[in-house]
Amino acid sequence: MSALRDRLLARWETLLVLLLFAFLVLGTSLSPYFLSASNFSDMTSNLMEKAIMALPLALIIIAGEIDLSVESMLGLSSALLGFVYLLGWPLWIDIPLVLAVGALGGLFNGLLVTRAGLPSLVVTLGTLALYRGLASVVLGPQSVSRWPDSFTNFGFGTVPGTLLPWPFVIFAVLAVAFMFVLHRTWIGRQIFAIGKNKEAARYAGIQVARVKTLLFVLSGTLSALAGVVLTARLSSARADNGQGFVLDVVTATLLGGVNIFGGEGTIAGVVLAIFVIGVLRNGLTLADVSPDVQSVVVGALLILSVAGPTAVRRIRSAWSTRRFVQSAINR
Amino acid sequence: MVRAVEAPASSNLAGRIGLERTLALIARLRELGILLALAVIVLVVSVQTPVFFTVSNFEQILLSVALIAIVAVGQTTVVLTRNVDLSVGSVVGLVAFVTGDLLKEHVLGVPAAILAGCLLGLGLGVLNGLIITLGRVPAIVATLGTLNIYRGLAFLIAGGKQVSVIDLPKSYLQIASSSVLGVPTLIFSAIVIAAIAAYLLRYSRTGRQLYAIGSNPAAAEVVGIPSQRLVFGAFVLCGLLAGVAGVLWGSRFGTVNAGAASGLELQVIAAVVVGGVNIFGGSGTVVGAVLGAILLGTIQNALTISHLSQFWLQAIDGAVILLAVGTDAAIRSYFQRILTRTGRR
Amino acid sequence: MRLPRAPFALAGVAALLLSACGGSSSASPGAAKLDIAFLPKAVNNPYFDVAATGGQEAATELKGTFKQVGPSDATGAAQIPFIQTLTQQNVSAIVVSADDANAIAPALKQAMAKGIKVVGYDSSPATDARNVFINQADTKGIGEVQIQMVCDEIPGCAGDIAVLSATSTATNQNAWIDVMKSTLASNPAYSKLKLVKVAYGNDDPQVSTTEAQGLLTAYPNLKGIISPTTVGIAAAAKVLEDTHKAGQVALTGLGTPNQMRAFVKDGTCKEFALWNVKDLGYLAYYTAALLVKGTIKGNSGETFTAGRLGSYTIDASTTVLLGKPFVFKADNIDQLNF
Repeated sequence: MSALRDRLLARWETLLVLLLFAFLVLGTSLSPYFLSASNFSDMTSNLMEKAIMALPLALIIIAGEIDLSVESMLGLSSALLGFVYLLGWPLWIDIPLVLAVGALGGLFNGLLVTRAGLPSLVVTLGTLALYRGLASVVLGPQSVSRWPDSFTNFGFGTVPGTLLPWPFVIFAVLAVAFMFVLHRTWIGRQIFAIGKNKEAARYAGIQVARVKTLLFVLSGTLSALAGVVLTARLSSARADNGQGFVLDVVTATLLGGVNIFGGEGTIAGVVLAIFVIGVLRNGLTLADVSPDVQSVVVGALLILSVAGPTAVRRIRSAWSTRRFVQSAINR
Repeated sequence: MVRAVEAPASSNLAGRIGLERTLALIARLRELGILLALAVIVLVVSVQTPVFFTVSNFEQILLSVALIAIVAVGQTTVVLTRNVDLSVGSVVGLVAFVTGDLLKEHVLGVPAAILAGCLLGLGLGVLNGLIITLGRVPAIVATLGTLNIYRGLAFLIAGGKQVSVIDLPKSYLQIASSSVLGVPTLIFSAIVIAAIAAYLLRYSRTGRQLYAIGSNPAAAEVVGIPSQRLVFGAFVLCGLLAGVAGVLWGSRFGTVNAGAASGLELQVIAAVVVGGVNIFGGSGTVVGAVLGAILLGTIQNALTISHLSQFWLQAIDGAVILLAVGTDAAIRSYFQRILTRTGRR
Repeated sequence: MRLPRAPFALAGVAALLLSACGGSSSASPGAAKLDIAFLPKAVNNPYFDVAATGGQEAATELKGTFKQVGPSDATGAAQIPFIQTLTQQNVSAIVVSADDANAIAPALKQAMAKGIKVVGYDSSPATDARNVFINQADTKGIGEVQIQMVCDEIPGCAGDIAVLSATSTATNQNAWIDVMKSTLASNPAYSKLKLVKVAYGNDDPQVSTTEAQGLLTAYPNLKGIISPTTVGIAAAAKVLEDTHKAGQVALTGLGTPNQMRAFVKDGTCKEFALWNVKDLGYLAYYTAALLVKGTIKGNSGETFTAGRLGSYTIDASTTVLLGKPFVFKADNIDQLNF
């Protein structure tokens, strides 16, 4: 059973690549403006904050937990950034400060889950509200929109000579790092082990609590980073920045092949899934389909991505059972 | 040295009363805990701002949570079975818009439109149930998907238009401002629904089976409980109740657009969790969930009345959820220690 | 083995980005075609739907095309992808009402750099991110008339009043509220009125209802509510009716006659103001079209004729004023249908 799933999963990235090309074809047929570098550049820049948050979320889900508070940490870091910038503190102090706060928020989540033993779904539901609320307290209803050109150019502009958005560079570096750590190092193996069987992992000597807490800290920090990037891209620090992001981030992670029950998943899959969703949305947007209607397709995609392999598996096992019974009868 | 094995009285409690009744006791204690918190808040705020302690204000609080409470009843049923329904907000929104649209275009009369809305909610619940039981898709993934699908459908049907107050018949709008036996209709509906659900969950065989599925799915299967069918039923019920809330939505808010009730699912789950329902299933009550909704609504009202900036509201909501869950975990581990001590005898 | 696929996947993705393959997107907008798109604050708003009918009318007259796109939630962040899409689609001009004047500025500037004309309407984007702004009426006039109306409706023109606004960053809302505050402070006729709170309904019917309810709860002595947004005033009217406070708390602001007709006739809201929203859309489209054709350049002092509306002049702040606010009461509300 597990061998079959491994074969399926190893092919999951292939399926995603096929989907990606299918949606590229779809996009091209829907609009003449689709297949251009500047369009892909725009599309990518809109994705990057969610993409940055999806990386640590994938690790957390693989480890058997979940973090819903990512979008609120993004909002809190954006609000905080605006607040301290208004106070006159320069950006080279503000940004590390905001990242540190993100780490603290993640630590809070992690400790509640590991030390207090609370379910992460509920904890991060609570911090989803708490951090967003703190963002409102910090910045109120105002927005901070005067930023140094260097900051906004980073968020909205591209690497000189190419059409690669700067945030994409950050994301690419992070993605490669995550890929290496998850699939090539012992930390990654520990994460998988914890997700597959927490108790067995503990008996094997893995510091489950420490690893999980670290993952939450990572998630908080990267959500804060995403907040900085979004603030730069919008040239606007607001308490409600990032509201509604968590759905897409979780969808991308699950579509990427990460098992919601933990123990399985690849970074490559998550990266592909992000772009699958991005390309799909972009193609439909250029055809003037509203984002909310696009969600019908994304939602269906998510369900099929889980129902599909399960159905295939069951059909296969039903077939092989049938063949076995047939051959037994025919003997 | 032989010593009479007589454990101290407190740890005998579970042994004397019996496990099931202990859990029922915990549930009652939990509800009392919420009532206590409510009483404290009411007391503190009333002293500061006497306006808080008026019938009309309490009515306001109950009105503001009535619809959430109705959906929370359905959500509780689902959560008890160790599942979750994230699509309730989208169901409420879709039903609200379709009902309003049917009335606006004079396709159906008010009673027929209400029935149609409820049936739509039921149908959406059926779809959820099918994906989860037949499709074997984990509930959290399935309802995340249908959250997007149902919301998208609402926008597709709406096509950028909205249903305005003037489009709706007076009789429909007046549901929100009318009363039954002196109690506003919305509150009355919520109470009736919650009471029926509470009774069925507590005293019927199906209710006990739902609890069993949530506390130990494998054991439930072994004992012969039709888990799949019951889980399916729970999602159908959840969809139906969300549909009821959707039908009442247009009456309460007048204007309905395709984005109605966005984010409602988080409010509902918060109410359920604060109400003491275990997110891993197997314990919790409908009464608790409703009280949880009332507690959160009271806090919101208290903040508004105290002129505390509205921006503190969400932060406090989050803190309440964490506090509630933390308290639950503490209580549970305390009782677990007592029960284990009894067992170790 | 999983890892080898990963670099392949990433490389594939990067290749997509670097590819400038195919596509006919780099043609600059032709002078002959008139493809003008309206981008309101949000699409579920009847106010903007009415403006769109005016835009459509102008499009028919000028033989151009009209379309309206927009987000379902009124935030600056949500408007950006639409601006980018319109830029990709090479429209001739974008007519936009800004949820957040600064958030959309970089995207608008990119559009302008490509030769696309940008006209603000209703709520202006940042001044350097648009060619011309069509203001429905003098900002000062809009703010003052609302204070005046609430003063008229409250017996003795004395007591607490509150404002139920849209989003906290909407340029026009904040400008009008600032005028209201300064009018209250400076004009002795309003010395007994006190503004106790500005609440934000985000142009969402549910949030507006909750906020209106909150105002009544938090300020039991509230004498009047001003809601300078069509979504807010309709929500507040319903709340006043549902809580049976219609007589005690005065309601005024900006609303559409169709939405408010019933409330005016039963006295919940005795008077409110607006302008001819359809004309706003008409004028906005015309201005954009003339910019595209090159008839005007968008500089202060230029005059032009906008079809059936007559002639207009661009003022010193590159703004064009549509006209004066119009006060609706029971005796004239049946005259207009929108």
